[in-house]
Amino acid sequence: MTATKDIQQAFKERLDYDELMNCMRCGFCLPSCPTYGQTNQYEAASPRGRIALMKGVVDGLIEPDEAVEKQLNLCLGCRACEPVCPSGVKYGHLLEEARDIIQQKKRHKWPVKALRHMVFEQLFPHKERLKNVHSLLAFYQRSGLQKAVQKTNILNVLPGNLAQMEKTLPPVLTKKEMKKRPFLFEAEGTRERTVAFFTGCLMDTMFMETNNATIALLQKAGCKVVIPEVQTCCGALHAHGGEKDQAKKLAKQNIMAFESIQADDIVLNAGGCGALLVEYDHLLKEEPEWKERAAAFSAKVKDFSEILLQQQFVEKQKLSLPSQIITYQDSCHLRNVMKTSSAPRKLIQAINGTVFNEMENADHCCGSAGIYNLTEQEMSMQILDYKMEKVKEAHAHTIVTANPGCLIQMKLGVVREGVEESVRAVHLADLLLEAVESK
Amino acid sequence: MLNERTKAKLIEVVGSANFQDSSEARLVYSYDATPNFQSLPDAVIMPENKDQVKRILTICNEDHVPIVPRGSGTNLSAGTCPTQGGIVLTFNRMNKILEIDEENLTATVQPGVITLDLVNAVEAKGLFYPPDPSSMKISTIGGNINECSGGLRGLKYGVTKDYVLGLEVVLANGDCIKTGGKLAKDVAGYDLTNLFVGSEGTLGVVTEAILKLIPIPETKQTLLALFEDMDAAAKTVSAIIANKIIPATLEFLDQPTCEVVEDFAQVGLPTDVNAVLLIEQDGPPEVVTRDIEMISRICSEGNAVSVKVAASQAEAEALSTARRSALSALARMKPTTILEDATVPRSKISEMVKAINEIAVKYNVKICTFGHAGDGNLHPTCLTDARDEEELHRVEQAFEAIFHKAIELGGTITGEHGVGEMKAPYLALKMGGEGVAAMKAIKYALDPQGIMNPGKIFAKDTRKRVVVRS
Ligand SMILES: Cc1cc2nc3c(=O)[nH]c(=O)nc-3n(C[C@H](O)[C@H](O)[C@H](O)COP(=O)(O)OP(=O)(O)OC[C@H]3O[C@@H](n4cnc5c(N)ncnc54)[C@H](O)[C@@H]3O)c2cc1C
Ligand code: SF4
Ligand code: SF4
Repeated sequence: MTATKDIQQAFKERLDYDELMNCMRCGFCLPSCPTYGQTNQYEAASPRGRIALMKGVVDGLIEPDEAVEKQLNLCLGCRACEPVCPSGVKYGHLLEEARDIIQQKKRHKWPVKALRHMVFEQLFPHKERLKNVHSLLAFYQRSGLQKAVQKTNILNVLPGNLAQMEKTLPPVLTKKEMKKRPFLFEAEGTRERTVAFFTGCLMDTMFMETNNATIALLQKAGCKVVIPEVQTCCGALHAHGGEKDQAKKLAKQNIMAFESIQADDIVLNAGGCGALLVEYDHLLKEEPEWKERAAAFSAKVKDFSEILLQQQFVEKQKLSLPSQIITYQDSCHLRNVMKTSSAPRKLIQAINGTVFNEMENADHCCGSAGIYNLTEQEMSMQILDYKMEKVKEAHAHTIVTANPGCLIQMKLGVVREGVEESVRAVHLADLLLEAVESK
Repeated sequence: MLNERTKAKLIEVVGSANFQDSSEARLVYSYDATPNFQSLPDAVIMPENKDQVKRILTICNEDHVPIVPRGSGTNLSAGTCPTQGGIVLTFNRMNKILEIDEENLTATVQPGVITLDLVNAVEAKGLFYPPDPSSMKISTIGGNINECSGGLRGLKYGVTKDYVLGLEVVLANGDCIKTGGKLAKDVAGYDLTNLFVGSEGTLGVVTEAILKLIPIPETKQTLLALFEDMDAAAKTVSAIIANKIIPATLEFLDQPTCEVVEDFAQVGLPTDVNAVLLIEQDGPPEVVTRDIEMISRICSEGNAVSVKVAASQAEAEALSTARRSALSALARMKPTTILEDATVPRSKISEMVKAINEIAVKYNVKICTFGHAGDGNLHPTCLTDARDEEELHRVEQAFEAIFHKAIELGGTITGEHGVGEMKAPYLALKMGGEGVAAMKAIKYALDPQGIMNPGKIFAKDTRKRVVVRS
């Protein structure tokens, strides 16, 4: 069978036809879709269009050719189209499945294969290695992989973008500093809850300070914080990048790690990871022996902002900062999948001395979307530039985000605009801790 | 398929970036919001201005290529499904609000402007554009004009045709005409403006429109009345109007609709009563307060089990947003949702709803009904599964019975969604043979080759089917 026929067959077998039928093509999702907006309202770059393409392949109306694949790749996976869909179409699940099929059936040229292997199997599941991102980058550049990748037109944008991005990265802690952290933190004052902390891989390497800040805030809010040692990467990059099997493996590892701790909640500060964690039950839906355990796990997952609010953090702590205008960029997955959008805003608004200015379309994706800003650089930057315009219109000095990918992207936006002197991007946890400390 | 010569000529007009004929592009312009209709066009073209439209039409007229103008494809009558192939013409690049004239109270727009964008732009200037189809967040002005869309405010303010003052239209042969204008009074010859409104892309391409604006109402109040009994609700509708009150909005939802909408929108709609009326009045505060009080009293006297005025703007907004999502929310229940658009004189609402329920029982299909009670415009909506051929056949029979009943009660087969291809077989029911012939005479006078949206409005054969398979 040719790859195309193979893909077509797998679409028929694996895509949920009921879900495809559920889309009644009303178009309510169109205005919420950033790629539809940025392509001058091209139907194929809309949720309704992408669903139609998937269904078209299943129905045998079209072949899953490169154009179809391109449109599926161009989707940010931000899932802004889901909450607005009155028919409740689970678009994200359809997309994940379709991408998985295409990835698995595709015969990649070796450099692409090698790069995917490096990112998905060698890098993200291994936190130790992630801590050496710098040396990995060096390896990537020296091994000849970079040259080979540059030749394929799929990822040839990677190095240029990375170079710009490097400027935005926070100083990585030394390995010794990383090792120093204990695994148990008692609550300040009376203990009211025990929470297990999901560290995430990027959060715990490049943004370890933010993780430390989050833990400190949770303590101040009366939580005992436990960090299960054997936890691993959430698997979101894999699930969204068409590596579902690997994602499932990671999910099981995490479920086991957290089962060993009797915590009230599983807390994290990265919406991108959280969205997959709350859907572990869906990810493992075909594995009877895991389904229930996954559901129990997922039910406990919460963003730290929700816990802080629930624990009356703002009543317990006096928050203040020097005068500044703050705006908030929603993390798509935090908002559209975890359904957390008001908690971060309430926390920010509780900081004395600052003004909160909602920017227009704060709920629109920033264009980061996993590794999208590497693989679809052009669209990603177009979306980012649009976003920075909105930041400017809000006259913000501080852009707050709640997800590492978005944070890097917004920092990149600040660099691209050349406004490093007057605008900064920070994670909500860091901002809140700053507000506690500077009172 | 287009022949290479035609294709080259069209590309010369719009450039290759705005001429798409990949299988991907053809697929995503093969459908609209109408269930069960799908058919691939040969190409999709995105013109930038009137001149390009003129040249495209001239080429297509010479080469006999069908043209399907398309806004956002939200219509529910298969009006933009390219069943005869040809070219889909989109207006996403012609989406500018050209002028808001505060002295003459008009707006001049290109056809691709999204309805809500226009509404927001004029409201920012303290003006009001009343037509508000539930799809206004997505629909375009070009689509609204060509379907003569109505909305929740239709009862008091009328529908799209009441707000179109003038049009610029490119005809099938490439000629461009201007009808009407900013004038409040104009009786020079035939009223072509009104002819093109609701013409469903079969007479020409609208490239510009002058729309009428009015001052924005000062305030608004929303009221929800619940009834155990459908008949009581319908009588209340008549009683309100008989008392010489014209509410801005007077919407009706039956029990199954409420249940589904509440499930989706969670705004506190009751799910245990048989009929709900959502009523809104706008205007000067004194008038609104007086009217709402009066309406409350009429509802109570009409045996409403509960009458509640929304406490805040937010609460009111939530209720009307919920109503706007009714159709799509119904789509949650079953894979295929077929919505109809039967309209009767408002005094016959109760009779019509009763008949719909009986027809549903007779043909053993699930029908939920909601709609613009104030205008007698009902949307009986059938929840089904297109894969169940046998059930689909019963659905078709049920709808046919509903149309017959509507006509019998002095109504029509569509109040606002248009005839398109879906309802073409029923046009004669409403118009009679001579009526259809007169309409066809106009159509072929303006479009002798029949290139403008062929297959729409006029049925090719007498096959009476509500749904057609792709
Ligand atoms: C959930 C939902 C709710 C809806 N609610 C309502 C409602 O409350 N009231 C109502 O009236 N309708 C409603 N509709 C139907 C539909 O939204 C309207 O008919 C709308 O006006 C269509 O706009 P559009 O831009 O999508 O046009 P399209 O669907 O793209 O086109 C509609 C017709 O106009 C023609 N056309 C479009 N642009 C041009 C042009 N420039 N020149 C010539 N012909 C053109 C097309 O050929 C077609 O025949 C609803 C639809 C949905 C899915
Ligand atoms: S809103 Fe939902 S049902 Fe409507 S077109 Fe989008 S995905 Fe389909
Ligand atoms: S996930 Fe985001 S980018 Fe993808 S179709 Fe939905 S709204 Fe558009």
